[in-house]
Amino acid sequence: MGTLYNILIDPFVQMGTAPDLFVQTLWEGLVGGMLYALIALGFVLIFKASGVFNFAQGIMVVFAALTLVGLYNAGVPAFLALALTVAVMFGLAFAVERTVLRPLVNQPDIILFMATFGLTYFLIGAGEFVFGGDPKVMITDQLYLPKGAVTYKALGGIISVQKLDIAAAVIASAMVAGLAVFFSKTRIGRALRAVADSHEAALSVGISLEQIWVIVWFAAGLVALVTGIFWGARSDVSFALEVIALKALPVLILGGLTSVPGAIVGGLIVGIGEKLWEFYWGPLIGGGTDAWFAYVIALVFLLFKPQGLFGEKIIERV
Amino acid sequence: MLYREAGQFKTSYVSDQAVFPILQDRIGIAVILAIAYVLIPLTGNDFIINAVMIPFLIFALASIGLNLLTGYTGLLSLGTGGFMGVGAYACYKLTTIFPDVNIIIWVMVSGFFSAAVGVMFGLPSLRIKGFYLAIATLAAQFFLEWCFIRIPWLYNYNVSAAIEVPQRELFGIIVTGPRASAETRYLIVLTIVVVMTWVASNIVHGRIGRMWMAVRDMDIAAELMGIRLLPTKLLAFAVSSFYCGVSGALMVFLWYGGAESTVFNINQSFTILFMIIIGGLGSLLGSYLGAALIYILPIILRFVPPELGVPLHAATVEHLTFMITGALIVFFLIAEPAGLARLWQIGKQKLRVWPFPY
Amino acid sequence: MRAPGGPDVAVGDVLLAVENVSLSFGGVKAVSDVSFDIRKGEIRAIIGPNGAGKTSMLNIINGFYQPQQGRITFKGEAHSKMRPHEAATGGIARTFQNVALFRGMTALDNIMAGRTLRMRSNFFWQMLRYGPAMSEEVEHRRRVEEIIDFLKIQEIRRVPVGRLPYGLQKRVELGRALAMEPELLLLDEPMAGMNLEEKEDMSRFVLDANDYYGTTIALIEHDMGVVMDLSDRVVVLDHGIKIADGTPDEVKKNQAVIDAYLGVAH
Repeated sequence: MGTLYNILIDPFVQMGTAPDLFVQTLWEGLVGGMLYALIALGFVLIFKASGVFNFAQGIMVVFAALTLVGLYNAGVPAFLALALTVAVMFGLAFAVERTVLRPLVNQPDIILFMATFGLTYFLIGAGEFVFGGDPKVMITDQLYLPKGAVTYKALGGIISVQKLDIAAAVIASAMVAGLAVFFSKTRIGRALRAVADSHEAALSVGISLEQIWVIVWFAAGLVALVTGIFWGARSDVSFALEVIALKALPVLILGGLTSVPGAIVGGLIVGIGEKLWEFYWGPLIGGGTDAWFAYVIALVFLLFKPQGLFGEKIIERV
Repeated sequence: MLYREAGQFKTSYVSDQAVFPILQDRIGIAVILAIAYVLIPLTGNDFIINAVMIPFLIFALASIGLNLLTGYTGLLSLGTGGFMGVGAYACYKLTTIFPDVNIIIWVMVSGFFSAAVGVMFGLPSLRIKGFYLAIATLAAQFFLEWCFIRIPWLYNYNVSAAIEVPQRELFGIIVTGPRASAETRYLIVLTIVVVMTWVASNIVHGRIGRMWMAVRDMDIAAELMGIRLLPTKLLAFAVSSFYCGVSGALMVFLWYGGAESTVFNINQSFTILFMIIIGGLGSLLGSYLGAALIYILPIILRFVPPELGVPLHAATVEHLTFMITGALIVFFLIAEPAGLARLWQIGKQKLRVWPFPY
Repeated sequence: MRAPGGPDVAVGDVLLAVENVSLSFGGVKAVSDVSFDIRKGEIRAIIGPNGAGKTSMLNIINGFYQPQQGRITFKGEAHSKMRPHEAATGGIARTFQNVALFRGMTALDNIMAGRTLRMRSNFFWQMLRYGPAMSEEVEHRRRVEEIIDFLKIQEIRRVPVGRLPYGLQKRVELGRALAMEPELLLLDEPMAGMNLEEKEDMSRFVLDANDYYGTTIALIEHDMGVVMDLSDRVVVLDHGIKIADGTPDEVKKNQAVIDAYLGVAH
């Protein structure tokens, strides 16, 4: 009886009696979730435009962060390093698309999935080879990103919010909003939606697939860089980040592979969910549960709704 | 002209169904076994046996396990590390609770624990397939990894969360623990791996192998032929996890002599997966070839360049290993998805008609 | 040759009856209120213009699709939802429009796969590949060789099916279906993509299977010549509705059928 109480009642009691802690945890989860969502967003963008599952999106986030810091540490001024990193990411995306993704375009998804693991390992080796394997510090000061925390007295206690996190939230939201506007209002955005629907139809009305793919890969690379900066700022810049990259996969399951709102909602659910779970239920079973919570949630989802919250239903035909 | 089957006519279905119908192949296998059992223990030094042969065999066994699931049945699994760990920890608990039972028995029994866990995590395969199932196996992997750290009972409440292998004997010879000799451990591992490979070969050449491959190639047609998908897939999970579990137990008990909680992590899963991709999906020979290549590669990188006058830092060796492995994976998936085993087969084809070109 | 279990059905009696079956996907009605029967020992053709619902009909009989309405009565037993496994064990086998062979296996292994339902030796013997497992393999290999002789595909036994030309692939697929010793064989466009010579060969095999093995056959086919020559009775579908049912001659003269094929609006 006592255990049942601990599992089913007590956590909610804790949430109620210490609402400041609850809101704090909620906020932390939100920020984490936002960054997951950004990784998934990059993936969805590329998939919608070229039908390619770029599972390497996660590792590209890490690579972007590493390149930025590596360049700065090598003496390049911060904002120049930023611009150079964008160029490098773009080049990398181009190279990946040419050498890995395009030759495998007609293979089953599994093959592509495995290929991006190979690619991930390659990029980890290359990144550590070029920049060294020790963890690095993100150059937040040099990019004029705020640091320190803001504390509020609220809900009977204290809520402390990192200014960096607020900046991350603002910039991420602005980016998503910007992308949304871009895709719905501009000519190129419309072309992108046409390509996502049908390559042949888009070609027949004169849309250049090459141009679209270039733009989309560029956008995805930008998203990866922003994500990399904020992830790297919150924890060290090292290849432990690749574990976070893997977590984008449950986000995609939840949100559906093809939906932009899905990626965002999925990311937030995973981020907030795993933080709350770990904080309130984690101590009951030993802690560290955020290592697997996202995947178990994805598994549960897969059993009942394989296409995710927003994805399209898959019908098999013989 | 050496590798010919001319004159070797099969007069019964039994002989035609043999796994190695060509005489030269049978001789080849006999030679390999002779080398393995006689030559290597006699001439190999402790380093070769300890750091090369034993782990090669253990990884080959794990590769066979994963290949049964992913290569033959088409179910991509990223939980290999976890399943290996279940075998290792099960063996540890069994032998510490019942120390008088023969350790080899416990090694084999621990496979059943792995199989049970494998079946449990394989149940979702009823409803989900392909890349989605792979994500489900990630759940298995991360959850099991967590268990190995956070369930102190598994490592007997040891403060450092590590397990240390107790000394065990077999017919008066010490087989596990720090005093067990490399040759002893090698021969035991060799025997277990040879026997299990033989069993795996029998299974895949018979009805079950055909069912697995049918499910892999076109599960709708398989179902419409009366093959029940869920039992077939669960059997694949069970057998595969059994092999991985035994491999994990061997790894801890007859190679490392102990284990930290991070041994059976996601990187282990990727390593075995890379072994079977490069070696050849759906090929037992491929499992061996892939294990050899992936395992030997860093060793070669460590020792060969200094001989050639190009010294490399240990860290650089690691980075290069990652890069070469990753590049090989991408290369094989694009160019030869059937891996080294297929290249081997092509080589044999050429050998059959040698010295003619075709 | 008879599949295990199930009541005996005399030649001429109804083997399978489709009763008021309807099937839709999302908003699209693939099959609307279709009823017809298949008599034991006959060759029944299902024809109609593209998109008429013929393959969907076969899928329903096979148990791959579950109809929203209606039922299938097979060997006297009614099924409102036929499951693939029930269909297979009951003795229904089929070939597919897009040759659903197991590409990773040889022709021999594909056909041996068709014997799976009849292989009973348990896991223990499978591990040893000895005793019951081995004698079972040999016995079924013997049966499969009979089929290989029947279809004249001896040379390509050990060739991985992905490398076979299209016509031979279709033959191997037929062999795999025959290996199940079915009572009812569903053939989905067995002659598609074949030249005249291949069609004649395939027609011969279909007739022989019906004659020699006594297998009841339902086939979807577009080639009218083949349909008229081979079949005992024909059912015609158009836009998911049955528009004719009878002997080839009757159906040939049916105005609704002619209209459907000429695309006349009705």
